Amino acid sequence: MIHARGLVQTFQTKEGKEKKEIRAVDGVDLDIAEGEVVGFLGPNGAGKTTTLRMLTTLLKPTAGSATVAGFDVVTQSEEVRRSIGYVSQSGGISSYARAGEEVMDHGMLYGRTKAQVQKRGRELFDELQLDGLWNRTAKTLSGGQKRRLDIAMGLIHDPTLIFLDEPTTGLDPQARANLWEHIAAMRTERGATVFLTTHYLDEADTLSDRIIIIDQGRIVASDTADNLKAEVAGDLVDLEVADLDRVGEAAKRLGALGDGTSDVEIDGRRVSGRVQRAGRAVPGLLRDLDANGVTLDSIEVHRPTLDDVFLTLTGRSLRDAEAATEKPEETAPEGMHQ
Amino acid sequence: MTTYLRECYIVFRRQIRMNLRNPAWVFIGAFQPVLYVLLFGPLLEPLIDQFGATNAYTFFIPGMLVQLGIFGAFFAGFSLIGEWREGVIEAERVTPAARSSLLVGRLMRDELQLLVQALILVALGYLLGMDASLGGMVLGVLLTLLIGGACAASSNALALTTKSEDVMAPVINMVMMPVLLLSGILLPMTIGPDWLVRASDFMPIRHVVDAVRGAFGGDFASSEMFWGVSWSIVLFAIATWWGTSTFRKENA
Repeated sequence: MIHARGLVQTFQTKEGKEKKEIRAVDGVDLDIAEGEVVGFLGPNGAGKTTTLRMLTTLLKPTAGSATVAGFDVVTQSEEVRRSIGYVSQSGGISSYARAGEEVMDHGMLYGRTKAQVQKRGRELFDELQLDGLWNRTAKTLSGGQKRRLDIAMGLIHDPTLIFLDEPTTGLDPQARANLWEHIAAMRTERGATVFLTTHYLDEADTLSDRIIIIDQGRIVASDTADNLKAEVAGDLVDLEVADLDRVGEAAKRLGALGDGTSDVEIDGRRVSGRVQRAGRAVPGLLRDLDANGVTLDSIEVHRPTLDDVFLTLTGRSLRDAEAATEKPEETAPEGMHQ
Repeated sequence: MTTYLRECYIVFRRQIRMNLRNPAWVFIGAFQPVLYVLLFGPLLEPLIDQFGATNAYTFFIPGMLVQLGIFGAFFAGFSLIGEWREGVIEAERVTPAARSSLLVGRLMRDELQLLVQALILVALGYLLGMDASLGGMVLGVLLTLLIGGACAASSNALALTTKSEDVMAPVINMVMMPVLLLSGILLPMTIGPDWLVRASDFMPIRHVVDAVRGAFGGDFASSEMFWGVSWSIVLFAIATWWGTSTFRKENA
């Protein structure tokens, strides 16, 4: 459904009198199959939105090529646009416009008749729990309602491939959970392929069949959330040793698990280290410790998070990366710096 | 072609709907020239002989029309920035609709708005004793629509390029001030010193004002008419080319 090879996007910025080239996207390859829900995860400024804008024909790639729904994003951009639904970060509904009219006008730009878009719009309002809001102006809607309205607009022409750019940014937890249900339904009920960008770990984890992690314009990983966690980070095993004298022995036994290369940290009577697929390894560890006279007060196994994956892959926590990064991708691609 | 016109119409209809829902700007836009006519027009009446004209309103209404066409239309881009900020432009650009139709639909709105305002102004002038032929008034309004369309297209192009009211406002001010002073909108340039008249020769809008004035006065065959019509067409063509190419641009 989406194939990209060596996608590059560069922007010119000025630092004082010097012009500087920023490679916002630096050689991205993508292969996304029909029916997949793919989470494109990365901190702000990683290149998520820029990649998405190239795939949706809003931005011409500096280099590389991509096909979306079988059409080239540069030479067949109109066909691409006809095949996709797109919900941008900023929505696309004017505050003073009425909800139903906005959705209908948008659908008519896809060549649909007034009767068709009115019927489909009403159905979508019903599906997305927007019933009763058809004649309301957008500025009177809550954040969650407005986001669902954005999605209704993106779905009005029944696309089979849907791009969602940071769909739940700025929403409260309840509205986010509600929106997640609707996004999940796009695949289960419509069979759509969904490509969503997010910097929320839990969002990528919950919604995606596959997660693609992008950092500094490059793809650093692509797999299911479980595989990424298992292969890249491993589970965190946290032991509390009863006898301080036996801490060294406990650390030695924990470090010998798996391929024997795990880093083990000691903090007082606490010993912790990462172990691949700990569920299988821990029973053996317990027997081993018992046989060697190490008594434990407690043992805890923590499943890794996507933040652990990001940390392992990039050497930085996703949250730290987010705090440290400005947002050139949200401003630079809009044209004037090109 | 019908698909393209349909797309333009969908954009136009949406814009008109939004304007009608928030008509304050339309009224403010029309009210300003009306105030000029009512409060400044009487000041011209005793001076009109010195301008080489006989009727103050036949002289003044054409200037007001061009001012309306330029000043009103040049602010059209501000609403576009608001739409861009709300993601409306991006949402429209990701549909298969021709990107130039997104501008043309908006220009149709600006032109309709300008036409209504121009008709109000002409009707008011007529009530105040303006003496102009129907053909002259029609030609004058047409030239106003051309120059207004040029300004609206430029304003939209500038808005989509800068995406900032803070940049737009000083740019428009910088352009508008010499246009107002060197076009003879309020007073004829011919009463000024030679150097000022020469300077105004380089201001295309001055020729448009003279042509509209000529049309209202029934003088259709003058060289001023030729230059005014030519400049109107050239400016309209350049501005709409700039506007459509900005909207078409892949990276806008």
